[in-house]
Amino acid sequence: MSTPNLYKPYIMRVDKITEEAPDVRTFRLVFTNEEEGKNFEFKAGQFGEYSIFGEGECTFCIASSPTRKGYIECTYRKAGRVTSALARLEEGDLMGFRGPYGNTFPIDEWKGKNLLFIAGGIALPPMRCVIWNALDLREYFKDVTIVYGARTVDDLVYKHELEEWGKRPDVKLVTTVDPGGETPDWKGEIGFVPTVLDKMAPRSENTIAIVCGPPIMIKFTFPVLDKYGFTPENIYTTLENRMKCGIGKCGRCNVGKYFVCKDGPVFTFTQLKELPPEY
Amino acid sequence: MTIERKKIKKESLGQWFEKMTAAGNRIMAPKRNKKQVCFETVTSPAEVAFDYVQTTVSAKRAVFPPVEEMLAYKFADKETKLEEKEIKPQPTVVFGIRPCDADAFVTLYEVFSRDYKDDLFLNRWEQTTFIGISCIQADSACFCTSTGGNPGNTKGSDVLLTPLKNGDFLVEVVTEKGKKIVTAAENLFSSADSDIDKESLLAKLPNKFEGKDMKAKINAQFDNEALWSRQSMRCIGCGACAYVCPTCQCFGIEDERFGSKGKRIRCWDSCCFGLFTLHTSGHNPRHTQWQRWRQRLMHKFSYEPDNLGVPGCVGCGRCSRACPTDMNILEHMLEIAEEKA
Repeated sequence: MSTPNLYKPYIMRVDKITEEAPDVRTFRLVFTNEEEGKNFEFKAGQFGEYSIFGEGECTFCIASSPTRKGYIECTYRKAGRVTSALARLEEGDLMGFRGPYGNTFPIDEWKGKNLLFIAGGIALPPMRCVIWNALDLREYFKDVTIVYGARTVDDLVYKHELEEWGKRPDVKLVTTVDPGGETPDWKGEIGFVPTVLDKMAPRSENTIAIVCGPPIMIKFTFPVLDKYGFTPENIYTTLENRMKCGIGKCGRCNVGKYFVCKDGPVFTFTQLKELPPEY
Repeated sequence: MTIERKKIKKESLGQWFEKMTAAGNRIMAPKRNKKQVCFETVTSPAEVAFDYVQTTVSAKRAVFPPVEEMLAYKFADKETKLEEKEIKPQPTVVFGIRPCDADAFVTLYEVFSRDYKDDLFLNRWEQTTFIGISCIQADSACFCTSTGGNPGNTKGSDVLLTPLKNGDFLVEVVTEKGKKIVTAAENLFSSADSDIDKESLLAKLPNKFEGKDMKAKINAQFDNEALWSRQSMRCIGCGACAYVCPTCQCFGIEDERFGSKGKRIRCWDSCCFGLFTLHTSGHNPRHTQWQRWRQRLMHKFSYEPDNLGVPGCVGCGRCSRACPTDMNILEHMLEIAEEKA
């Protein structure tokens, strides 16, 4: 009676490391077992448990798009035990990954609509997956707008990609930094994300808003969206509760009757309003 | 299957134990150690305590150990080698489990089998036979009749024994698993007299609150901060309640490294610990103890019945007996039942 172990990770090789911001790096990971790599599938919004043997597991979204095959990417900030160990890895090193877990952004349902992405700080990675997913299927969507803010210019992640999106005629990119976080040559906005969003007066007609950021940013962004007529069912976010198992067993991410890992991490604002404020 | 009734003499239990051990089973049963009675591995009924109301710690460790290895690995140069390990648990008989604890295994089974099948748990569960013993006494902490159970409940047991006045046992064979373990020692069992009135042998435990109404009642109190603060004021967040609880299944996953070897383990955890939900950023969704106490009761009386269709609390009363600050779940539930919606 031998069955596969649910908690056994895939062994991944760190193929490429990109320095994004102070203590923030992106890993491109490839499967060491080709067969496993070939059979691996995921969708935008899902996450996984990344691990270093001897240190532990931690939870991040898959930051690359499912349209880019052959690898997955994750972006993390060095903060705790596991991420500190991840920060010591070099290209070619091995690590663990299990997933994908959780629900997905309903990208297919969004075809024919405008997409408004609103992100703050280290919360751009979960959205980057959806952004590239949409840009790789660009003809299916109308206007694509990205509003992204960080505390300082240095803290903006994916600087090369921001530059690329900024140059694309089919993407409207607005970047902003908190007051005092600008550099002398900063050309973007200065101000908090909700303020900048308000100034832009976004159109809600036929538009899906995808919001991801620290709790305080989310709290002040919803009223702005409401002001411009966005209805709760057209606002999406992804929650990042503390997790261990990722599959609805360990109890950690339980919010009301839902488990963020299994019933989320993607929620509409309609669903969010029914949850107890424990996220 | 329909429940089959038989009888076994107390002095025949020894031979039954021998048969079960000879078939490769490990037997876990309540054993007295000074003031405590806990489930331990035994070989003969002489080691088993029969005279207790409730074991100090539940029997859940037989299937869901406090610390369990999930993976083992070896470090060699820059490469890590995962050690392939078959999950092959030893067949186990849990003897003398109370009906409330047997009921709790139904809840645990639902948690570990829904959606993703957790084989660490399920393989052990499949290899485990539960032989329950009905309660002929209850104490002031017991409230199984308020959570859908009763002192002679067969739910979750494969075989249920009920002590007769002369010391022998009425045997109810509840499941196929139970039938197997009884049939293997068939000559030890005799047919039960049809006039045995099981009900009259059981502890009398009046209903303390209406279990089926509790979901609506506790949901109505969710925002009643004064109530939760009052109830949890004494809570020191020690987690003893979760440790002794037969249905608590929250766990953590940790890595341990010893030189060139390491393992990934899961350990029992508790929603009453402040670190349980703490984010690396410092943000904590349940940052006060009253929120954690509310989570414990909501999970048991609202979320689990909603998600799994089974009770999240079986009324064993262990948390009330174990609490170092004398919090009493039954009193708290009665307060919630009476609080204005």
